[in-house]
Amino acid sequence: MATAQKKTPAKPRTRMKRFFQSYGFRRSWQSALTVFLVLFFVFVLLRLMPIEGYFTRQDYEIMTEAQRADYLEENGITGNPVVLFFRFLGNLFRGDLGMSFRIQPNVEITRILSEKIPYSLMFGIASMGISLFFGFALGMAMAHYKDRLVDGAGTLYVVVVRAVPSLIYLFLIQIWVTGFFNIPMTYSSKDPSTWFLPVISLSLASIAWYAIWLRRFMVDEENKDYVKFAKAKGVPQKRIISGHVLRNALVPLAQYIPLQLLLTISGSLIIESIYSIPGMGGLLIEAIKEKDNGLVQSLVMLFSVLGVLGVYLGDMLMLLVDPRIKLAGKTDGE
Amino acid sequence: MLNLKMKLSEELFDRVDFDETRSEKVAFSNYSYWRSTVRTFFKYKVSTVLFVVMVSFASFSFLFPFIAQAMPEWEESYYNPNYFMLDAGTFNKPPSEQHWFGTDAIGRDIWARTWYGTRTSLLLGFTIAFFDVTLGLLAGALWGYVKRMDRLMTEVYNVMTNIPMTVYLVLFTYILKPGFWTIVLAMCFTGWLSIARFIRNKVLAIRESEYNIASHCLGTPLRRILTRNIFPFLVSIVIMQVALTIPYSIGSEVFLGFIGLGLPVDQVSLGNLINQGRATFEIFPYQLIFPTVILSFVTVAFYIVGNKFADAADPRNHV
Repeated sequence: MATAQKKTPAKPRTRMKRFFQSYGFRRSWQSALTVFLVLFFVFVLLRLMPIEGYFTRQDYEIMTEAQRADYLEENGITGNPVVLFFRFLGNLFRGDLGMSFRIQPNVEITRILSEKIPYSLMFGIASMGISLFFGFALGMAMAHYKDRLVDGAGTLYVVVVRAVPSLIYLFLIQIWVTGFFNIPMTYSSKDPSTWFLPVISLSLASIAWYAIWLRRFMVDEENKDYVKFAKAKGVPQKRIISGHVLRNALVPLAQYIPLQLLLTISGSLIIESIYSIPGMGGLLIEAIKEKDNGLVQSLVMLFSVLGVLGVYLGDMLMLLVDPRIKLAGKTDGE
Repeated sequence: MLNLKMKLSEELFDRVDFDETRSEKVAFSNYSYWRSTVRTFFKYKVSTVLFVVMVSFASFSFLFPFIAQAMPEWEESYYNPNYFMLDAGTFNKPPSEQHWFGTDAIGRDIWARTWYGTRTSLLLGFTIAFFDVTLGLLAGALWGYVKRMDRLMTEVYNVMTNIPMTVYLVLFTYILKPGFWTIVLAMCFTGWLSIARFIRNKVLAIRESEYNIASHCLGTPLRRILTRNIFPFLVSIVIMQVALTIPYSIGSEVFLGFIGLGLPVDQVSLGNLINQGRATFEIFPYQLIFPTVILSFVTVAFYIVGNKFADAADPRNHV
């Protein structure tokens, strides 16, 4: 009798239990914890920043030593870091990131960010489209003509882009290409001819990245037994590539796409700086040079959180794309 | 029956002393890991040429200070990278017989500065690679061997590698005073983790592989397991990681110089040379071109040699 009574409510409970044990739930919980830890460490580390970065330039000069100490105390900069951290978190939930001290004195950081993000996002997404297209095309060509001229040229491109510091080739491209076509060196929102070069420069590294990994995964996949079997059955080459090889080779790459998409918000430090694009990457460099602690803190935290979130979304996407992962999660192995 | 009894004499059941040479006779194979690795590596002309380039550039940059200091009155000559005269006639000279790479905005010799800079950058790369790999190797071996540590280490790895590398670089160099050891610290802070992860995966795979279990069952002593079964696989990873960390570190130093957090301006490094050359590129292009060409040679050579060596070190690619 007791067992009969127990049986009916047990069902939803096991469903609940299965949910809590599921890979997706565990991964979400883990990511939330990671974000918390990352914020905490960055916050504590940033307490060590040079002190003058908390004042506007004018204030720092006119204040006496005692006034400065009072000011820091008052604004929650010196004191117990744990207490300060939770106060900071509280403000964060209210959407308050504090003030900029030097770049735009006493302007709310959220306002600065909302002006800057669209630029980085626009350039980032345009370049991501380009690099996905050309990267995949190059990767497929390299896998198809393995050990031949195309493969060699592609490898050379990848090696140069990866080994030579990006600052150098980006700078040379900027100088030579703008000189050759006689277009302005820096970005201007009114002149569309200045938009192309930053987008292309942004794409160079990620084209190389997509190409080299797609080639590697496709070559790996082509040597597998099921592909050989499909060939033996007489499946046309085109269908083998599109239906089998490419689909399986894309799965591990899909994991990184959300991360790349999110990180477009943070912009590129070098490119935005050399083309004077008023975006996020250039902002961080400027904030460092001006020692604007409030801004450095917000940007560094934002970039870290975007990183964690991107990896999390990538894993979730894999859960959708690759059925094998669900199985692995259930057995609690790995 | 009788025959059999005669054959199974008592002495057959005596214990035979262990004889190294006789046991080697049974297990002998003239396969030598290192010989095969070296042979596979030098089979490709490209990697041979680049290896020579890499070694000669590196050794020249390390020897250059000695050559320079052996020169008569070197302090007051253009072999001193920081020597300059307050004479506008020596500023921004194009390449000539006296100044092979020309002079910079205050008349310092770029040839000497380039080699001093290469030395600083390589030194930085080697230091970072040394700390990264040593820490990574120790942590990775522990991570792979001690099962209880796996969970904690994986968690640490996830937290730390989720954050973009530039964030660490910027953060550390911003908080601490810019300098050689600050860059080393910032680069090593996460660099060791990815190497540890690599080593951990390899150690796990080897430990669970059939041949290792078999040799364990056959009573191979631990020393031999370490030197024969595990070590050869790890050495190749170590060398590859060293070779790949160096171009990456050199690139990061250039990047840090660009955002104003690199080595102090009075120190000669490739990053500083390039960032100074960038400012005057349109008027005096050679001030950027020469250091850039040398730097690109060094980084590309290290990168390709590292990758080719990794291929050659994989026993599956041996003949």
